[in-house]
Amino acid sequence: MTNPLTLFLRGDRQADRVVPPSGHTAWLTSFTAGAMTFLAVFALALALASGRMADRWSDALARTATVRISAPPDQIEMQTRVVLDVLATTPGVESAKALSDEEQRKLLEPWFGPDLPVEALPIPRLIELTETAQGYDAEGLRQRLAAEAPGAVLDDHTRWRRPLATAAGRLRVLGYLSILLIGGTMAGMITLAANAALAANSQVIEVLRLVGAQDAYIARAFVRRFTLRAFTGALAGALLGMAGIALLPSADAAGGFLTGLGFSGAGWFLPLALPLIAAIVAFAATRRAALMKLRGLM
Amino acid sequence: MISFENVAYNYGGGELLSEMSLRLAPGSFHFLTGPSGAGKSTFLKLCYAELLPTAGHVTLFDREVRSLGRDEVALMRQRIGVVHQDCRFLDHLPLAANVTLPLTVSNREVSGQDLGDLLAWVGLRHLADALPPSLSGGERQRAALARAVIVDPEVILADEPTGNLDWEMSLRLLQLLVELNRMGKTIVVATHDLNLIRQAKSHVAARVLRIRNRRIQLAGADL
Repeated sequence: MTNPLTLFLRGDRQADRVVPPSGHTAWLTSFTAGAMTFLAVFALALALASGRMADRWSDALARTATVRISAPPDQIEMQTRVVLDVLATTPGVESAKALSDEEQRKLLEPWFGPDLPVEALPIPRLIELTETAQGYDAEGLRQRLAAEAPGAVLDDHTRWRRPLATAAGRLRVLGYLSILLIGGTMAGMITLAANAALAANSQVIEVLRLVGAQDAYIARAFVRRFTLRAFTGALAGALLGMAGIALLPSADAAGGFLTGLGFSGAGWFLPLALPLIAAIVAFAATRRAALMKLRGLM
Repeated sequence: MISFENVAYNYGGGELLSEMSLRLAPGSFHFLTGPSGAGKSTFLKLCYAELLPTAGHVTLFDREVRSLGRDEVALMRQRIGVVHQDCRFLDHLPLAANVTLPLTVSNREVSGQDLGDLLAWVGLRHLADALPPSLSGGERQRAALARAVIVDPEVILADEPTGNLDWEMSLRLLQLLVELNRMGKTIVVATHDLNLIRQAKSHVAARVLRIRNRRIQLAGADL
């Protein structure tokens, strides 16, 4: 097989020797690819974490709702029973459950601390409901609750779920956009490095043309070198980035968004695609620069 | 083999060559002479398509040069060996790698024996591993000649090949060119060294072309 890809992958020791070592451009290419890939790993982690968060918020909240009952202490138990009866007969409601004092205390613990005397405070009773896949008629349920349990208010979480899910979704888009920008920056830097190498070797290129080298041969000598440098630099950057992600505190330790910034399962293989993408970017950028330079020569 | 038909070349600051018509027959030996700046190097560059004529037609091996694609030009250059005055080597490669460069770029190989014979022919066998900057002017010119002939070209163009050489070395290089011509190669040597031309005419049936007033003409007995 002697197609261009095979020639490129196999390499040509003689052709590689024809272009002299290019000092700082080699270092610049590897460093740029490594640094950009390191950043891309974090951008990827951010995008994936945002995506997971958006999905979790959407999934967890989309099928749940809360009925909040505010009533005088002597009526609260009665209204709770009424609301549970209403919910039991509402199409689209899969289950409904009144939270116990203990469960409500746990909900409030992050704000008020442990040992909160829930029973002594005028805290509304909460009923958590889960809807079926078909969902329920929220407006109809509100009207029934208003008629049968005046202290009951249906909160379907839409009011605060939507902006959270939207924010997470936008964060995910920003993550992917960052990867694109990083890729573009890397292409620009590698093009500059390739142009510098081509300019420094203009005499070499002229000699090669004069002795009968075809454009593909000359371009391949430069393209292969820059592609391999970009790949090795990007591989190092990806491994460092993955190590950095792995060293972040686990979600269990402290909770919160930043601790969820990581990869899970097969997701750990995704950063390893970045060096390949970097190599493709370097290949395209260097090839374009080389062919443009060569077209200026007879 | 190589023919010019009403060829003109304009560098942008006026016409350097004009109404140039000639045909280089296979196996011929031509000297090209004229004062510095007359257009000798430009003529040679037109011969191997480093420049394209601004008017007229240059035909290389029955192909009009303007019709050639870039890869076709590259292939055409493997049929034409060129010896430049400044030799143009890749200074980071040893002499042997520079000499075999035309084969390297076309993914061909030469046996060590053949390369050794070629280097011995130009008297450089002992310098196979030397880097070009360490070579003398004569050694560089002979190395350039070896590089020009390694692909067994049909035509050899030499641009002031003896410009930096002493008389003894010039004669030695001339002798190599005469030997190549006897092997059937078409030779064109651009030079302003009339003594060299006179010396050569005693060894080979060379025609002498002169560029004067932008035109090419056959030189007469005034040489």
